[in-house]
Amino acid sequence: MARINLILLALLVICALGLVTSQDKTRRLFAELESEQDLAKQLDIEWGQLQLEQSTWARHARIERIARERLHMSVPDANRIQIVMPAAAGAGQ
Amino acid sequence: MNYAASPVLAPQLPLWRSRLLLALIAGGFLVLAGRDVYLQGLNHDFLQQQGDSRYSRVIQISATRGEITDRNGEPLAISTPVKSVWAIPEEVHFSPQQRSKLAALLEMSPAEIDKRLSEATGFVYLKRQIPPELAERVRALHIPGLFQNREYRRYYPDGDVMAQVLGFTGADDEGQDGIELAYQSTLAGKSGSRRVIKDRLGQIVEDTESIRPAQDGSNLELSLDARLQNLAFSQLKLAVDSSKAKAGSMVVLDAKTGEVLALANLPSYNPNNRSDLSGGHLRNRAITDSYEPGSTLKPFTVALAIERGEVTPDTMMATAGGTLTIGPATIHDAHRFGDMTVAQVIQRSSNVGAAKIALGLPAEAMWDMFESVGFGNPPPLNFPGEASGKVRPYKTWRPIEQATMAYGNGISVSLMQLARAYTIFADDGELMPLSLLRLDAPPIGKRVISAATARKMRAMLELVVQPGGTAPKARVMGYRVAGKTGTARKEENGGYAAHKYIASFVGMAPASNPRLIIAVMVDEPSVEDYYGGAVAAPAFSAVMAGALRMLGVPPDAPLTPLVLPPAGSEIEEGT
Repeated sequence: MARINLILLALLVICALGLVTSQDKTRRLFAELESEQDLAKQLDIEWGQLQLEQSTWARHARIERIARERLHMSVPDANRIQIVMPAAAGAGQ
Repeated sequence: MNYAASPVLAPQLPLWRSRLLLALIAGGFLVLAGRDVYLQGLNHDFLQQQGDSRYSRVIQISATRGEITDRNGEPLAISTPVKSVWAIPEEVHFSPQQRSKLAALLEMSPAEIDKRLSEATGFVYLKRQIPPELAERVRALHIPGLFQNREYRRYYPDGDVMAQVLGFTGADDEGQDGIELAYQSTLAGKSGSRRVIKDRLGQIVEDTESIRPAQDGSNLELSLDARLQNLAFSQLKLAVDSSKAKAGSMVVLDAKTGEVLALANLPSYNPNNRSDLSGGHLRNRAITDSYEPGSTLKPFTVALAIERGEVTPDTMMATAGGTLTIGPATIHDAHRFGDMTVAQVIQRSSNVGAAKIALGLPAEAMWDMFESVGFGNPPPLNFPGEASGKVRPYKTWRPIEQATMAYGNGISVSLMQLARAYTIFADDGELMPLSLLRLDAPPIGKRVISAATARKMRAMLELVVQPGGTAPKARVMGYRVAGKTGTARKEENGGYAAHKYIASFVGMAPASNPRLIIAVMVDEPSVEDYYGGAVAAPAFSAVMAGALRMLGVPPDAPLTPLVLPPAGSEIEEGT
């Protein structure tokens, strides 16, 4: 009877320690998950800001202004344009 | 002595004493049990709550508002988090040095900060919506009593170009105008909450329950094309500036699907900085304002007459006098040309001719025509403040009114309605529904006139841009263009203003199989040439040429350079 009690006691202690360590692990992993989720959110925000920055730099009005003023580009006049018709559409003409 | 029988050692205890003791102990147990029932049963919720409040927290999970993009995925409106700095004035303690640093960071004067702090007790915003990097530097000053919270701010990269279409949101991220308001329920996110256990250091150690997951707002893909929108906006600006006009609008529709590809309005504003705004800047005129369209309405009367077999494009109309008298009123043409065919009535925009055609039609049929192309009803866009225009019931029409309605007086429409109505000519007789959202499949149109009539109308409308028509400036190299000018007097105080006009042009290209419909309206051009053909047609031509090139539409006309007639040589029109 006493032997069985001792074995059960040992089992109980092992189980209790197991519970403690698993709880500890859970918390550690949870903290890690939390920080990763925070990071994900942070990156998401940054992505939005970068998108915003990109579209601000790529504003059509800005590109047109730079093309015109700095690169001295312009839309060609009508008499300098030659349109090459695709074969199928050209045959129909 | 018998010591063993000592009365002390063998006392004869009275029975009541042991019973009393038993009763006391039992009583004690009862009290404990009662307390137990009280704490565990009756008072359980309160105590549980008290316990929870010491480690368990409900935290908000914020949701972001959906993005708005154009049809190619280019972002038009994005929410990004910003910080607002607030303070509890009584708890704020800072050195003069800290104060001047804070003032510099917030771009306020130190005196201004002091004023803010003395204004209220308990809670005061120092500055709202500052960028997160700046907020981080404010935090680094470690000033007690100063706090920050997170807010979202909406940015519109395209600024004034898209302003009235997109609208804007308020400080609490709620749509206030335009698409932002119309699709508020789609765009808005639902913030969620969850219950967690926090430890002594305030770190979350366990998730106990998810009360409500956060739902980010859905993204919205508009039918607009940012490139086309920019082109339309810049050309409209050119037209409005060069004609010294008060305002202007332009609508570009995909003729095949009824999608709105561009929708520009002037005057405009910068939605990222709305400090000096008035209603005039905010209005999306193309949708919310109705006006008397003038001659751009003539094709509908003519189409009805052709559909009913009353006339053909070659029928001669007796327009020789240039005037038509109905009762006390007289209708004038801007020029006298002699008798014209129906096609020439359209080409030269003859009021007398259109009035005579209208008088040969029953009022009810004309009303039906206007009704079935969508006049008098708000366009199916679901946009805030849509104008429905005004078409009076046909039973109240007098003959003179029926005649003037043929050329667009006594009836009002919005530019959007007008552009949509022209889909019956572009789509072989079918009226297309409109959409501000990108469509995956073309919608089903509603037949209004036969395909044969629509083709005849397109052929007549092509004459308008030919030499001898009202709008040779609307031509586009390499493409056949069909359209109609309008120059309407503005209504004012119940009558017509003497020198205030609305110049417009509605057209489509390529005429052999129209891909785009563009409607341009310029309000009160104050130069000498205020006609639709002089003010609105060049803007139409420039946008159409650019748009057809961007969309890669194959040309349907010989590629000979256009020789534009000198300024002012187009035929003037009366309405």
